[in-house]
Amino acid sequence: MTTVTPPRQRRRVRPADRAANVGLHAALIALSLGAVVPVLIVVMNSFKTTQGIFGSFLAPPDAETFSVQGYLNVFSRGNFLLNYQNSLIVTILTIVLTIVLGTLAAWALVEYRVPIAPALAGFFVIGIMLPIRLGTVPLLKTMTAWGIVDTLGALVLVYTAMQLPLAIALMTTYFRAVPAELKEAARIDGAGEWRTLWITLPIVRVGIAAVASITMLPVWNDLWFPLILAPGKGNQTVTLGVQQFVGQFQSDYPALLAALTLGAIPLVVLFAVFSKQYIAGLSKGYGK
Amino acid sequence: MIRTGTRYRMLALFVAPALVVYVAFAVYPLLSSVGMSFFDSGGGESTFVGFGNYVELFTNPTTSERFWNALVNNVEFFLIHLLVELPIGLLIAALLTSGRLRRSVGVYRTLLFIPATLSVVIVGFLWRLIINPLWGIVEFPLLGNEATALPTISLMSVWQYLGIPMVFLYTALLAIPDDVVEASRIDGAGAWTIFWRIKFPLIAPQFGLITILTYIWTFNGFDIVYALNGSAPGPNYSTDILGTFFYRSFFGSSGQVADLDLGATVASVIFAIILVTTAAYFWVLQRRLKTYEL
Repeated sequence: MTTVTPPRQRRRVRPADRAANVGLHAALIALSLGAVVPVLIVVMNSFKTTQGIFGSFLAPPDAETFSVQGYLNVFSRGNFLLNYQNSLIVTILTIVLTIVLGTLAAWALVEYRVPIAPALAGFFVIGIMLPIRLGTVPLLKTMTAWGIVDTLGALVLVYTAMQLPLAIALMTTYFRAVPAELKEAARIDGAGEWRTLWITLPIVRVGIAAVASITMLPVWNDLWFPLILAPGKGNQTVTLGVQQFVGQFQSDYPALLAALTLGAIPLVVLFAVFSKQYIAGLSKGYGK
Repeated sequence: MIRTGTRYRMLALFVAPALVVYVAFAVYPLLSSVGMSFFDSGGGESTFVGFGNYVELFTNPTTSERFWNALVNNVEFFLIHLLVELPIGLLIAALLTSGRLRRSVGVYRTLLFIPATLSVVIVGFLWRLIINPLWGIVEFPLLGNEATALPTISLMSVWQYLGIPMVFLYTALLAIPDDVVEASRIDGAGAWTIFWRIKFPLIAPQFGLITILTYIWTFNGFDIVYALNGSAPGPNYSTDILGTFFYRSFFGSSGQVADLDLGATVASVIFAIILVTTAAYFWVLQRRLKTYEL
């Protein structure tokens, strides 16, 4: 981390500094609570009975109001496990495809400097800003013509196209930082281009992790394309599944809150683990 | 050294898979949408109708009224993001990089970003539950009133995405070398002066970039409105934005027949709105914002 750290002794010296520090932490704690408390209220209430929720929304569950009935209802009436499975398949396949295609393209754009390479790189980078949803009508037509509408594959293809520009922009910055001597040494030793790329990969693994973490969020959380390209019961992702479940079980509050909690947990946990990679990916990818 | 011929061959070989997917599922559909907007495919066969679909969109009283309503609402949706999300994001970024925090930076950063990792469906319902007049936290039906519904939904979206500008501006501020800041501190500048006179001008290009990205994202907005109010968002279309209008045009809904040509036309109009503003921004503003070599 490159955080600016003031010299130690200064922290003890001036009372004004101390007041400023307290104020700073107070402000940040207040803002953090504003971000987290609404989520915690929902999680907390998902473990209560309907009476418990209606009786006092802000009270933690006690012996009388504690209940996991909401979760039991979600699993007995919803398609939650199937939805999870669909989201996992779509997200993992998209991440793998984006990493493989993005890495190959970025490697080539950095490595084989011919006159059209910069133009090609620019063509990809424009995609970061393209609102791909606006191409939905032709996409729907193509998918219908190919007979892949309402399949997970349709989602994977669209999401890969959507995430590739950012992945290529990111991987390009990481490949640029690879020392030329290393690649030349590999080539002199008789390594082919594939082998040279293979040798380079461990050096850009931070970039690959960044691509994986910035691809994960928008794909897992998207509502638009699942709604249009894969709305069938068997192909619903968690995001769409929660949307439909909540629509159907408006009056079963414990189940509703349980569904929201189950929908939120995986990405919050993954983000907490990969937040560094995510932040690096976001700033470097768009920074171009 | 690799020969030039080999380089072209290698470039083609490595780039082709990405290029095919990107063109087929991103670039072509967008361009094709614009192409489709000039045809009428009603009777199964496509006939060229020039600007006919556009004339229909803007002269048919129903579609034209809905379009302008959605556009005005979308501008409001964007402005609320611009005036609330970006300043708060900048404030948090400034606090995180004030130089007074140590290990706690990472904790705050992660906690503040958590809402952005949730899906809009969850965010929408979470806030709908919290502001539900039944609990008495807010007595007023914020989502049921034409005047307050759109600002309420916009603020939910601001709450969710606050972390994005925060992270952008935070990393931009981190990149400013310590000695630049230290020099002005020795010259007697206070924290306020240092931020506005030294730091902010240095991150102005990134601030511009996040502004234009916010513009593109909000004009592409759909999810939060749909999650809360469905595809014909009430009350009385007061929360209808371009994304929901576009969805209805090609997917249909109660009160509107699905029409792919109209959908392509609406998409092209939204695309034009985004493109013109973004291009104007890059030509006029981004060139004037000086990028300082650090």
